[in-house]
Amino acid sequence: MLDPELARQTVRLAIERGATDAECTLADGHEFSAEVRMRELEKLKDAGSHRAGLRVLLGKRVGSAHTSDLSSAGVQQMVESALAVAAISTEDPYADLPDPSELGSLAGDLQLYSEDIQNIDTPARIQAAIETEEAALSWDPRITNSEGASFSAYSGERVFANSRGFLGSYRTSSCSLSATPVARQGDAMERDFWYSSARSHSKLESPAAVGRRAAERTVRRLGARKLPTQKVPVIFDSVTARSLIGNIFEAVEGDAIYRKASILAGKLGERIASENVTVIDDGCIPGLFGTSPFDDEGVPSRRTVVIDRGVLKSYLLNSYTASKLGMRTTGNAARGVTGNAGVGHGNFFLQKGERAPEDLIRGVSRGLYVTELIGHGVNIVTGDYSRGAAGLWIENGEFAYPVSEITIAANLREMLMDVEAAGSDLEFRGSVASPTLLIREMTVSGQ
Amino acid sequence: MPLSASFFGQKFAITEQDLESYLSEALAAGGDYADLYFEYLATSQLTIDESIVKSAVQGVSLGVGVRVISGERTGYAYSGDLSPEKIRKAARVAACIANGPSKVEKTGFEETRRRDLYPVVTAPSETSLAERVELVKRADHAARAADRRVFQVQASYLDSLRQVLVATSDGVLSTDRQPLARLGVSVLARQGDGVPQRGYSGGGGRVGLDFFETEKTPEHFALEAVRQAIVLLDAAPAPAGEMTVVLGPGWPGVLLHEAVGHGLEADFNRKKVSAFSGLIGQQVASPLCTVIDDGTIRNRRGSLNVDDEGATTQENVLIEKGILRGYLYDKLSSRLLGSRTTGSGRRESYQHIPMPRMTNTFMLAGDSDPADIIRSTSRGLYCANFGGGQVDITSGNFVFNASESYLIEDGRITRPVRGAMLTGNGPEALKHVSMVGHDLKLDEGMGICGKEGQSVPVGVGIPTIKIDRMTVGGTAG
Repeated sequence: MLDPELARQTVRLAIERGATDAECTLADGHEFSAEVRMRELEKLKDAGSHRAGLRVLLGKRVGSAHTSDLSSAGVQQMVESALAVAAISTEDPYADLPDPSELGSLAGDLQLYSEDIQNIDTPARIQAAIETEEAALSWDPRITNSEGASFSAYSGERVFANSRGFLGSYRTSSCSLSATPVARQGDAMERDFWYSSARSHSKLESPAAVGRRAAERTVRRLGARKLPTQKVPVIFDSVTARSLIGNIFEAVEGDAIYRKASILAGKLGERIASENVTVIDDGCIPGLFGTSPFDDEGVPSRRTVVIDRGVLKSYLLNSYTASKLGMRTTGNAARGVTGNAGVGHGNFFLQKGERAPEDLIRGVSRGLYVTELIGHGVNIVTGDYSRGAAGLWIENGEFAYPVSEITIAANLREMLMDVEAAGSDLEFRGSVASPTLLIREMTVSGQ
Repeated sequence: MPLSASFFGQKFAITEQDLESYLSEALAAGGDYADLYFEYLATSQLTIDESIVKSAVQGVSLGVGVRVISGERTGYAYSGDLSPEKIRKAARVAACIANGPSKVEKTGFEETRRRDLYPVVTAPSETSLAERVELVKRADHAARAADRRVFQVQASYLDSLRQVLVATSDGVLSTDRQPLARLGVSVLARQGDGVPQRGYSGGGGRVGLDFFETEKTPEHFALEAVRQAIVLLDAAPAPAGEMTVVLGPGWPGVLLHEAVGHGLEADFNRKKVSAFSGLIGQQVASPLCTVIDDGTIRNRRGSLNVDDEGATTQENVLIEKGILRGYLYDKLSSRLLGSRTTGSGRRESYQHIPMPRMTNTFMLAGDSDPADIIRSTSRGLYCANFGGGQVDITSGNFVFNASESYLIEDGRITRPVRGAMLTGNGPEALKHVSMVGHDLKLDEGMGICGKEGQSVPVGVGIPTIKIDRMTVGGTAG
């Protein structure tokens, strides 16, 4: 357990040593993981650590430091180090802390920490991983190998204090189950994976469900073909659609906006997507991974409508990017334990539509259903979008055969305008979520 | 250097007796092997942004990781506190993996042979901050002065000094001092009201601050970043479909890292989940291709005197004239596969379990004149620079995105294109290499490789090569 007083004392010490303002973060975490492979335990990891970080202002100059040594000598050294680096930085007219009127913390139980995870002992955790893998291995004879399955658990605490009077802390926990089976057909091998994660053990899917879904996803990739190069409708499944929603976040976060390094810079109030696109950031939904009582500057989390039926309504901002843009923070400051805060998101998601994913597939006569994306080919500055893909070819509204070693490309601007439908299958498996999405047309490159 | 004179001996008074007793504790419940990895890491980061040094961060982290191996099982625990009680507690937790009598005989320690691939007298992190902040200021100034179309410049300088001590139950005792520095410049340029384009350049290595004075200056990286952004201002959308691809020398070697390197890491091959599993001795590339992973190149970003398991790094031949020769082993995979470690056991920090990783991966030079390679290509894509890449090691499918590329038409490089993504299959792609240039170049020292959540610094290199068939994913017909 961390001592919140240590954060307050560290801030006080920084002020005593000459800082005009200071903010201190303490974080600790304990990680556990049990990995099994081919029905045997292979790795067991069980350990914890803690860190402290400090950011100080000397007028309009900023310096930061961090340490893993929370002794008074360690903290003292961190304070001196932060002041020393502030002395060599340049005055930034926008450098500041949030206005005291912005500071605060959500009340009530946000269900971020659950004791039930701690109550599962190590043998039961190993057993859960073994059962998950077994469910995958026994699902189909073509599943011949495995990269393993794992159970992992995490618990941690975060304390934040600043010289404007804020002191807050919260604990989080999480656990997850995953499996990565390998299937073989002739000389070709394919792997895929599935997982479940939750802040409480009671919300975790069963080993049988996770293993089976992993096996289904893997087996359906066997016998993959390449495709001829062509332009067709593309459906992102709810897993790959998440990465697209992540790209939207990168395009609306304040840092990219004030630098004019985003296709959405300067577009507030304009139509930038089809009517089917409503994107929300909500840091207040109990029990989810993107939820917290306050952001990493001590501003309460909130719900922000980012895109409303295709119209860009709000950027996501911390106090710095807000002040650069002449706006107010949206409570989206994010950082490790030190440094100037960046911009992060709460639960960032695209609102679900009416139609079931099966219905969207049925409506496509020839097109691509994407189940995996690899590579980093998305440029938020220009909107150029090109990524490696694997998935299933759709013929007359049904899956015909698996495809791989292809790329899909378009411009993100057009893709947003081309969202023809969002499925009804929104699920929160992490802090970014999306239903299945149908895009009118993209270029598929293959042979 | 005796332990008493080493960093951990001096600063934390750790003795050989201490190390032996921690290892005994780790093996108290049985097991075949145990090791300790002590790490002290000091880092600095300086960023200039809008011509303001907005962010400067210094930090320290300290800890020890304890590992126990029993058959195919690994137990791991760590502590951020070097007190004997905390280390013993971590040892007992790691020991939970094993049961039965210990099979390890006490051997005493033997120090790993000393050498110094990065004889940096003063690590950058030991110089004054004021001296280092000049680097980013110079980069900012040079980029802004280079072209009026540049409207945003960010330059970041990062350095670290890592002190490590590895002690193992098979008698290895090694210490190392690992400096690392990197300067990177990112710019945005715009022509009138047009779409902005980004350019990025960066580099460094296990070097002293003088590297940025004498070898690669802040101005060098700044001008290169500006050049790339300006080229892109006139670029058309990339073509789509299968075509001939010519890779320029240097950083495009990331192709080797993705297409073959990861698939040759022995952990995947022990589990037989790599597309390269069982292919040793077989043809996996054209006879023009010889691919090496070498952790011993002086001052390179991917180099190490000893790996993170205390084993001496070496030059490893992965592919020789197209024939697959070997994998990259850490201790666990070499033990289980009856081989020897290739000095490839690496980890991100004391909180991580080591695994086989690449160091500096490159293709040896061939005989062709790079100009002839272009001239021989009637229609294709010339890739001068890449962003990152990714591979699915099981199917062997990989992608990487070209950040600077041009069309080749009738044997000449013509127009720049943007947004090109290349995709291929590992054991197949290099079979289509038809020409290899004599211009092998290593990258400038900015690579970071991610695997199973762990990041480590790496290097890549390649001469100009021609690949007859590869899929290019763009939007133009």
